[in-house]
Amino acid sequence: MLDYAWIVALLPALSFVVVLLVGRRLPRHGSEVGIAAVGASLVLTCVVAAQWIDRVETAHGAGVRPVVHSLTWWRNGGIRIGVGTQIDGLAVVLMFVVTVVSLLVQVYSTAYMHGDRRYTYYFAALSLFTASMLLLVMADNTLELMVGWELVGLCSFMLIGHWWEEHANTDAALKAFLTTRTGDVGLMIGVVITFFAAGRTFDIVHINQAALRGGNHALWLAGASCLLVAIIGKSGQFPLHTWLPDAMAGPTPVSALIHAATMVVAGVYLGARLYGVFWTGFSIHAGGVNAMALVGGITIVVGAVLAFVQDDIKKVLAYSTISQLGYMVMGLGVGAWTAAVFHLFTHAFFKALLFLGAGSVAHSGSHHSFDMKRDMGGLRRYMPVTFWTFVVASAALAGLPPFAGFFSKDELLATAGHSGYTTFLYVGLLGAFLTAAYMTRCVYLTFFGDFRGHGEPHESPPAITVPLVVLAVLSVLAGWLYATVAHVEKFQQWFEPRVAFPAGVVHPPFEWSEGVLAVAAVAIGFAVAYLYYWRDAGPHGATARDGFARRAHTFLVEKLYLDDLYTGLVVGTIKGPVARATSWVDDHVIDGAVNAVAGGARAAARFTYEVLDQRVVDGTVNGLAEASDETGGLLRSVQSGRLQWYAAVLFLAVAILSLALVVFN
Amino acid sequence: MQLNQFLILSAFLFCTGVYGVLARRNGVLVLMSIELMLNAVNINLVAFSAFHHSVSGQVFALFVITIAAAEVGVGLAIVLLIYRNLRTPDLDRVDRLKG
Repeated sequence: MLDYAWIVALLPALSFVVVLLVGRRLPRHGSEVGIAAVGASLVLTCVVAAQWIDRVETAHGAGVRPVVHSLTWWRNGGIRIGVGTQIDGLAVVLMFVVTVVSLLVQVYSTAYMHGDRRYTYYFAALSLFTASMLLLVMADNTLELMVGWELVGLCSFMLIGHWWEEHANTDAALKAFLTTRTGDVGLMIGVVITFFAAGRTFDIVHINQAALRGGNHALWLAGASCLLVAIIGKSGQFPLHTWLPDAMAGPTPVSALIHAATMVVAGVYLGARLYGVFWTGFSIHAGGVNAMALVGGITIVVGAVLAFVQDDIKKVLAYSTISQLGYMVMGLGVGAWTAAVFHLFTHAFFKALLFLGAGSVAHSGSHHSFDMKRDMGGLRRYMPVTFWTFVVASAALAGLPPFAGFFSKDELLATAGHSGYTTFLYVGLLGAFLTAAYMTRCVYLTFFGDFRGHGEPHESPPAITVPLVVLAVLSVLAGWLYATVAHVEKFQQWFEPRVAFPAGVVHPPFEWSEGVLAVAAVAIGFAVAYLYYWRDAGPHGATARDGFARRAHTFLVEKLYLDDLYTGLVVGTIKGPVARATSWVDDHVIDGAVNAVAGGARAAARFTYEVLDQRVVDGTVNGLAEASDETGGLLRSVQSGRLQWYAAVLFLAVAILSLALVVFN
Repeated sequence: MQLNQFLILSAFLFCTGVYGVLARRNGVLVLMSIELMLNAVNINLVAFSAFHHSVSGQVFALFVITIAAAEVGVGLAIVLLIYRNLRTPDLDRVDRLKG
């Protein structure tokens, strides 16, 4: 079966075609085809996994090469471009995650999406998504990987905009698509750089081997940096994370499948797949600090802090996803390959469970609203199954033993500490503290207190609760594949590559001091949130009384003003009116800075503020704005949006170039 | 028959096509003009193939025809959608990237 793994990806692809063509005429409108196909894929994946594990076990630690099967697609100038499958531990893990979560999400969707007007189309898109993701994880060369990468981006666009009648949803879909495209530019350049750096090959094993041999370090650094941009775009890392919370406009099962468990981990997967490139490019073995770990570390904290001020339960989970993806990227950055991939594996189960739980609440408890403060509360009495599974998932996410998240996060932090990245060990502990606190807040607002919504909340139907229970069981058990505390290291033994893999990756043994520290961080986070919400202790109403607290809160609610930065500054400048950017700087940066300073001595500052800002700053800015308005107007005529104008420019350019060719030849 | 005669015919056809692409506003006519340009290229390919006694030019021409058929299929679908959404095939009206 290892040689025929392509069948696993082919089945959902066929299901996509079948559902699209005849889905409407089937008794269950196509859902049965999608579920059957992905179910079969799951069974085959289990066979593949069993055979791979068997292969590793019989090899007794000797170098097990990945099983590569490749056809030549075409040849060009002596360069072979192939399509094929590369089955190794990483591919097996990802295949398992994708098929399990996809199957459960599709079963769940039969109830959640019941009666939707584009029910058939929805299942077709889910099938296509599963097929593309499987193509991505099984790819044996970077070009094929890129095809899968773009396909999952497309499916994400289709599914976020599933209810496109509402304008906000199409906007969110476009935003997700265009933001991830920004990162994809990095992927394209990175693929080209690694192609040349590895000596003209797209082959992943060869690229990793070439990278680990070293050579031109600047070239590998450039390649790794471009690929890191791709990871930042796809995996919602700071500062391109803004699309992920907006992507919650899609149906909830889609959020669980795409924006928690699978598509967003494509970036992390890329990092793990081309690990040799990053290892050499960023000199990960050297310790201290590097770009990859830094991006991950910042993302952990930013995501976790922003999760505190969200009222929408799905957005809390979205920011938590961002934060957890930060852990994985940081893990790769500090040399904890195995722990990062293991965290990807466990996170997929409990995050999918959290999203499906939130969907269950909205479906049966709060009349399709996701607002925790207005429409939820006290639901634990009405929805016991949803409540308990949600609590299990929250505990796993927070990293409470013996749930899955504890083992993966602890291993990740321990490796960071042992590889000379002590700073990031503390960033990770801070993240664990924040995670525990915001998840406690989320559970409190949703399930405790009095019911604030209207209607009769009740438990969801079995099609929803059964996937929840299955995922809850996985969230508990998955951690025991790699529990260093009990000396279980199956995950490392089975799935860590032996070929084309940096020899410097360490696997520290479990240390009680670190484990206790991690659990203590979680316990403090939980205790703080418990005191604040259940016991009413702490600074309640601080945002109403204290100016500084209010501004800090607004700063967070406005998502650090990053969205305004992107739409206002970047997009606005490119579209022409530089003037809008200048006035934006005035509104947000200068006013914001002035406000923050004024927080200390506001009464004294008010007079200065009005004179300074209104007269001097506005005067300068208006003058600047007028000047830039005129330059903007000049530049705008080039970007007219008129097709034929572009065609004429293009034709003229070609004419001049060919003329030059004739003349100079 | 001389090679020049074919080349002049194809240059004339190509220029007609370029004029059509740049000047016509109707999407269907732009697509037809693109076809003209492609066929001008085909004439070149076939003419050279005949004068050089090599079959590869004709094979290329066949490829071009196939691709052109696919291209016009996609193009017409786009024009049809533009017409359905904007009630006009005028390409000047399609100047915004908006969902």
